[in-house]
Amino acid sequence: MSHSSMWDSISGIIRRDLLLAMRRWSDAAMSVFFLVIVVSLFPLGVGPEPAVLRTIAPGVLWVAALLTCLLSLSRVFTPDYLDGVLEQMVLVPQPLSLLVLGKVLAHWVISGLPVVLLSPLLGLQFGLDGEVLGVLVLSLLLGTPTLSMIGAIGAALVLGVRGSGLLVALLVLPLYVPVLIFGAGAVTSSMAGIGGEANLSLLGACLVLSLFLAPWATAAALRIALE
Amino acid sequence: MIWSKYSAPQAFYPLAGRLIPWFAAVAVILMGVGLYIGFFVAPTDFQQGESYRIIFVHVPAAWMSMFLYVVMAIWAGVGMGLNARLSFMMAQAIAPTGAMFTFLALLTGAMWGKPTWGAWWVWDARLTSELILLFQYAGVMLLRTSIDDLRRADRSSAVFALVGVVNVPIIYYSVQWWNTLHQGASVSMATGSKMAATMLMAMLIMTIAFWMYSIAVILARVRCIMIERESLPVWEEKQAVIHEAVEAR
Amino acid sequence: MQWGSASEFFAMGGYGLYVWTSFLATALCMAWEVLALWRRRAAARAEQRAALLGGTDETAV
Repeated sequence: MSHSSMWDSISGIIRRDLLLAMRRWSDAAMSVFFLVIVVSLFPLGVGPEPAVLRTIAPGVLWVAALLTCLLSLSRVFTPDYLDGVLEQMVLVPQPLSLLVLGKVLAHWVISGLPVVLLSPLLGLQFGLDGEVLGVLVLSLLLGTPTLSMIGAIGAALVLGVRGSGLLVALLVLPLYVPVLIFGAGAVTSSMAGIGGEANLSLLGACLVLSLFLAPWATAAALRIALE
Repeated sequence: MIWSKYSAPQAFYPLAGRLIPWFAAVAVILMGVGLYIGFFVAPTDFQQGESYRIIFVHVPAAWMSMFLYVVMAIWAGVGMGLNARLSFMMAQAIAPTGAMFTFLALLTGAMWGKPTWGAWWVWDARLTSELILLFQYAGVMLLRTSIDDLRRADRSSAVFALVGVVNVPIIYYSVQWWNTLHQGASVSMATGSKMAATMLMAMLIMTIAFWMYSIAVILARVRCIMIERESLPVWEEKQAVIHEAVEAR
Repeated sequence: MQWGSASEFFAMGGYGLYVWTSFLATALCMAWEVLALWRRRAAARAEQRAALLGGTDETAV
């Protein structure tokens, strides 16, 4: 199979999904609103003291981004599954893992990228500034696609299952823990003056690993779900 | 090939039935020996006093929780590769026992941690990995019960078991990394002092005892699963059941 | 390891609560597991019997 047709199929999927998302822009908006609300809950629960907020900021921002990603997983495959499009996708000659890769990346652009773009503003709310904000954005830029890739495995496993909302959370959150540790760790190290490079490199490694392995597992899970 | 003969449920069922009493007996004997050595031979620990004796159940439970997860993942992989019903049934049989040991490891870990470190819970790599392991066991079992179609349930929980087995070492190292980042919070569950030979011996005997117990219990469970899944079209079994019922009348 | 008396044994140097809770919990979990499996097997056999007899009521031995 030629390189160009591989790229064609991935880009075709991405274009299609992005077009569909633009018509359902409320999905992207929902992710953004959820993130802002969840982040705002913490100062309301913990108190407005700047020093405290600054300390908890990396964890809070990262957990909120993680939960936003988790909630968006119900929209990766379910719409196409309900329309019958997913069954068609499984049957095309192109490798399913490539199609999955394209689909999940498109999903990230819709649901994950807004989180990354909004994060500096939220970081400012918690008293972060300067280089720390930069590390925050970079960590989310590397981390949220990883979360989408890993989350897609869970979404594929629970496709069409009753109670899948909570079930997918139970399945996916243990898998999210390392990404959370490295992501929040990068921001914390930066705040401590150590620099976030080590954690960011680990995040990068997680991303690369997930780009290679996750689509394959997701494709297997989709085939099982659609048999 | 002797093993391929037993890969059919019909042949494995009576074999498992014959093996269970042996494993059970060895388990009971070893537990008796292990507990005797642990309580009446092993000396008091210099640093921890008598509370260290909890390791005679904590460490075996923790090891079993890890072993069993890996074995479950292996059966899941074999099932996916060979498309064998029995492999999936074995994976299904292992999960509850593994989850039980994980729960016990966490509970006894807290019991040990409180007198030793003053805290019911510490976020060290081992305990945190055990906690994540418990969630993964729960995921495997819940995935199975949530899916009605047997074939899909088998395969979905197999995929998740396999993904999870990759995750456990990643979690372990990432939490260790995280502990070095946040200094001062890290207390380890490892015993500081070197262990006396009798302590080590009792711990190892108890581990093997738990292994034997696990095999007995898992074989018993897989037999139940075979009956429930109607995987036993064995003529002798049917005759025996009818005979029993007629006798009862 | 010499224990002075039975009460010393149960006290476990002051740590009795922790030690015995651990061992008791382990014993209870194992006992519960075995009991649950025994009941599961009985239920499965009963269902199997009902299914087989429901289909083959005519075959009287």
